[in-house]
This record gives sequence, structure tokens and C-alpha cells, in this order.
Amino acid sequence: MVMVKRKIRVLIGKPGLDGHDRGAKTVASVLRDHGMEVIYSGLHKTPSEIAEAAAQEDVDVVGLSILSGAHMSLFPRVREELAQRGKQEVLLVGGGIIPAEDVDALEKDGYARLFGPGTNTDEIANWITSEMQIRFESEGDEE
Amino acid sequence: MSKNENSMSATGSTETVNRVDARAIWQEAIDKARLREASFSTLSSDELQSLYGPEDVDIDYDRDLGYPGQFPFTRGVHPSMYRGRLWTMRQFAGFGSAAQTNERFKFLLEHGQTGLSTAFDFPTLMGYDSDDEHSLGEVGQVGVAISSLDDMSTLFDGIPMGEVSTSMTINGPAPIMLAFYIAAAERQGVDRSELRGTIQNDILKEYQAQHAWLVAPEPALRMITDMMSYCADHVPHWNTISISGYHIREAGSTAAQELAFTLANGMEYVRRGVAAGMDVDSFAPRLSFFFDSHLDFFEEICKFRAARRIWARKLRDQFGAKDPRSWMVRFHTQTAGVSLTAQQPENNIVRTAFEALAAVLGGTQSLHTNSMDETLSLPTEKAVKIALRTQQIIAEETEVAHVTDPLAGSYFIEAQTNRLEQEAEAYFEEIESRGGVVPAIESGFFQKEIHLSAVKYQRQLESGEKHVVGINCYVEDDEGPSIDIHRIDAAVEEEQHARLKDLRSRRDPVGVERELAAVRAACSDGGNLLERFIAAAHADCTLGEISQVLREEFGHFKEPSIL
Repeated sequence: MVMVKRKIRVLIGKPGLDGHDRGAKTVASVLRDHGMEVIYSGLHKTPSEIAEAAAQEDVDVVGLSILSGAHMSLFPRVREELAQRGKQEVLLVGGGIIPAEDVDALEKDGYARLFGPGTNTDEIANWITSEMQIRFESEGDEE
Repeated sequence: MSKNENSMSATGSTETVNRVDARAIWQEAIDKARLREASFSTLSSDELQSLYGPEDVDIDYDRDLGYPGQFPFTRGVHPSMYRGRLWTMRQFAGFGSAAQTNERFKFLLEHGQTGLSTAFDFPTLMGYDSDDEHSLGEVGQVGVAISSLDDMSTLFDGIPMGEVSTSMTINGPAPIMLAFYIAAAERQGVDRSELRGTIQNDILKEYQAQHAWLVAPEPALRMITDMMSYCADHVPHWNTISISGYHIREAGSTAAQELAFTLANGMEYVRRGVAAGMDVDSFAPRLSFFFDSHLDFFEEICKFRAARRIWARKLRDQFGAKDPRSWMVRFHTQTAGVSLTAQQPENNIVRTAFEALAAVLGGTQSLHTNSMDETLSLPTEKAVKIALRTQQIIAEETEVAHVTDPLAGSYFIEAQTNRLEQEAEAYFEEIESRGGVVPAIESGFFQKEIHLSAVKYQRQLESGEKHVVGINCYVEDDEGPSIDIHRIDAAVEEEQHARLKDLRSRRDPVGVERELAAVRAACSDGGNLLERFIAAAHADCTLGEISQVLREEFGHFKEPSIL
């Protein structure tokens, strides 16, 4: 595990009406095992509810999960809602049933990484940790 | 096979070896042998012995197995099983608009399919109209969008509703959707008493696993008993609940949890029906079941056998049902979507074939086989056809359908069937000690059990204790999908908005207000809600409007936090 200066704060969000939460909850548990502070939004949240929770909890990372096919409508909307609340710097990641060309489009839209089915959960945790370490270091440089 | 027969000796050519000695010799050899793993377990992490013999299973043939079509139905619900009729090959379909799915339905009927199986989109499953703000991006994505009687009439346009049997997979707003279906049939001039089909309507597993609910559990159960009572009197050929383990398993449960939670839910519906004043035999024969078939071949077969035996014993001995049809677990099976991989997706054809074979050897009444591309998108026509052909190959080429319950009597099969029954019984006690199914839902008991099993499996996979080809063994570098995917046209959402706008402008607003008020009144005065929903459907009230009244009157379900 990569060491960082402070605990990484993560919001795992389930936007839309899709009830498939096995992946979201499993990733939430694994990130917590890796020492992160994890908040889970619960099901059936609108993009604005997720962005609001991210702002109130002052998280570093927002991870979204959709398996219903609504990702191209909802993922960009969450990013916009976050920006409206001054949270455009948050590390945005996602997962679910997302076709390859949509992954490309979302990565151009500000999503740092999309994790598909079969991804090793430790790999997700380690990737987030190392990304955040870079961000924390650059924050330190500014100070 | 009972334990008291163990003194029987095996005879050799010149000397007689005592069975106990023989087993000890074998055990010693096993203990010395070099094995591939430290321990071996089922997919659900139950430890397995290397061998099962007569001393490992306590079975009384007449008490525990019996004959097919007879109590306790361990060997099957029909005397002739697949010699009489093969299982129904029922593939689940639905996408886009009502008109698009209507075309697919007609295509399927023209090609010899006799039953329809309808998938709805998430807004419909949650009781929202296509133009609700919650529906953004979801309209028509994972199923067909149905917001009104007009949509339902379009879905069945040109299809004789008095002749086809229809399965509708919907739960929270199931009574409203059945009301739309009845009203659409009446528009065609078909009487409700002629309708045949199944509606999933299993709300308990929604709170536990699938999570498409409309209101809190108690009022949801009241709507279900209203529906069971209404259908017993007016829609006698309708299967009112398909009690579903599928979603529980897909959410991460073990085989034993799927079995136990599903049957516990089933018993809860029976209790509610009896408490509402119905004779158990007036509605229990219309209850059916829906299970997952996962990759652990033998464990799945045993699960199906145990389900039949447990339910028969409970209904006869605990609930006092006298009609043998009340004792029977008739079930649909779907192969495990969660077992499919996005990596090397063609391998999913093979996984699905093993799972389908387990369902057949377990005695399923109908079967849906998943398509190889479902971890990537909704299935393409080609993938759906291969999935259907998989069932046809089992039926036509393997010759497995000629003998009923062919694995019965295997020490291993009977020991695992017993083990699953015992694990289920332990769960029934645990649920009882938590105050019953609804309190256990409200405290998050089922949700937590399922989550812990899901995390445990993920950890076993990642530590290499469990293996999946393409994920943690035989991995290929270039793992991108090599197959076409199926996309839903985003225009469906706009078309639905226009249809609803048009409906709202031409319907009679007085009638709408009157029928919504009647629904509201029935929520508190105890009138049968299904009757009110049918009247509201005829007045062109929308799904979202009726659902909103129910949400206001009955309150939301607050998801317990289990993380």
C-alpha cells in the first residue's frame, strides 16, 4: 500500500434508478480496508444529491457506479453539478457496464478512470492512492 | 442408505475387508497424498470432502425423496417430467419504446414462441413516468418504458391477449402494471378471467437485493394481498407472485442464502395471505419461484432439490395446506449473469451451458439462458440466438431429459441436498429470532449477509483461492471486447416525453382527479387497491401519478445503512 499524508476521503455514489449495488458496496468496503474514509450515497440518487453530498463531506474522490446504461446522461451531469459547487478538482472515477467508446468519451469529459467488470479491487484502491499521493504532494508544494 | 446399514461388508475375491477398515485405509492414503490445494470448497465456500459414501448421508427414501409428482417432490413436481413436456425456453426481452418491443414480441410469436416475457426500464420499475426528473437517461435502457394504459395497449397491439401467456418482471408497481394489462385486454374486448401469465410481484427481495421498490414494506405487502385476493376471484389463471432468489444470488449471496431467503420470503407471503383471511389453498397454488443457476454444478442441482423438499414440508406441515399443488415449487431459472466476464466474452457461452444443464438436471419448469455479451451491453440478436440454441442443444442432443432426477441416490448429491436444507433451516430460525422477514429487512440483516458474502467471494477471487478464466488465470493481454454491442437510441426518451404530453392534453382531467382520489381513499379505507388501479388505468391516470399517491399515503422505504 502506498502511504499518503492524510486519509483520503471518498464518496461512492449510485446515480439514477439502477439498483445494482454489489459492485459499489464491495468497492466501498475495499477502499475502507485500504484506510480511506468512505461515504456511500445509498441508492437512487440524483446527480445534484450526489454532488451536494460530495461538497458537504468535502471528499477528495467521487466514484460512481451505473449498470443501467444511463451513464452517458448521468456521469456528465454529476461532473457539472460538482463544478457548480466548486468541486471541479475532485478525482472522478466510475465503474459499471460501460462500452469502450463511452469510456473514451467519459475520460475526455473529466473522468480520470473507468473500471470495468472483472477489475481487481485492490488495483482500484492502489490506483486511487497513488493518484491522491501526487495531488497531496502538489498541494504541499503550494503551501 | 441409512446409517444403520453400514455394517454391510464389501466382498473381495479371497478375503473380506470390513467397510470400516476399508474407509480407514482410504483415509490414510488421502492424508498422505499430495493435493492441489489445502482445502476444497463449493462456490459458496462450504468445505467439500474428497469422497462421499453411505456413512456421510442420512436419507430415508420415502421420507426424503419419494417419487416425482409426490410429496416431498424432491425428485420433481411432475410424474413424467421432461418426457411429458420439455421445460419452457423463455427468453426475457424488452427495450426502448412500447412500439419497438411490440415489434420484437410479434417477431418472437411468428417464430413459434408461445409466451412473452417483458423487461421494463428502471423508471417503470420504480413507478416514475418517462418524463419525471428521476428518469433522466434511463428511459427504455434496460427494458420497455410503460407510463400509461396507452403504452400498454401499444405494447400488445395486434397480439391477442386472451391467447398469449405473458410474464412481467416488475415488483414495486406490479399491481399498477397488472391493472394496465387488464385494462389493455379489456380495450381489446378480452375479459380479465381469460388472462394467463405471471407477474414477479416479489417485493421482499427488492428490499433485500434488487432495490426497485415503491413504498415501505408493510403497505407493499398489503397491495400484494389485495392482488392475491382479487386475482383468486377474477383473474384465476394468473400467477400472482414469482418468489425470486435470482436477485439475491446475483447481489452476492451464497447458494444456501439464496435458498433460505427466497423460501423465507415465500412463507411470509403465505402468512400474509392467511392473515388477510384467505384459505391457503386458494392462493398458494398460484405462487411460483425463480432461481439462479450458478457455476457450481452440483451445489445448484442440490439447491433446486432442497427447495422443493423444504417448501413441500413447510406448506403441508406448518401451514396446513391440503391441495398438493400448494406444496409444489414450480420454478423458472436464469443462468448467472454475475458469472459472465467482459474478458474473452465468448467463454460465457460455455459457462451458460453448464449452468443451464444444472437447471435442467435440477428439474426447472422454464429457463432463460444469458447471452455472452451481457457484461458489455444489452444482448445482440446473434448472442440471444446462441443462448437459445444452448438450451435446444441440451434438449435435443445430450439425451439428459429422458430420465427424471438422474442424480438422486448419489451419496454426494443427497448429502449436499441435506446440507442445504439444514443451512436454510438455521436461517429460518435466525430470521424468526429477528422478528420475521420485515423487521430483518428494516434492520438490514439480509442486505448485510449478502454484502458480506459478496465481499468474501471477491477477496477469494483476488487472493487466488477461487479461479475465473480470463480474470485471474489464463488472462490475455488484449482483452478488449471482440464482439458487437447493442445500443438503445436516445430518441426513445424524447418520444416518450411527447407521448405523455399528448396523453395529458387529451384525457378528461375530471376523471383523472376522481380516480386518483379513489386510489387515495382506498389506501386508508381498506378497499381493494387493484380494483381502484384498474379504474384509474381506464381514466388514463399515469403510472407516476398513481405511484405518487401511494408514496404520499404510504411513505417511502428508508434504506438501512449496512456499510
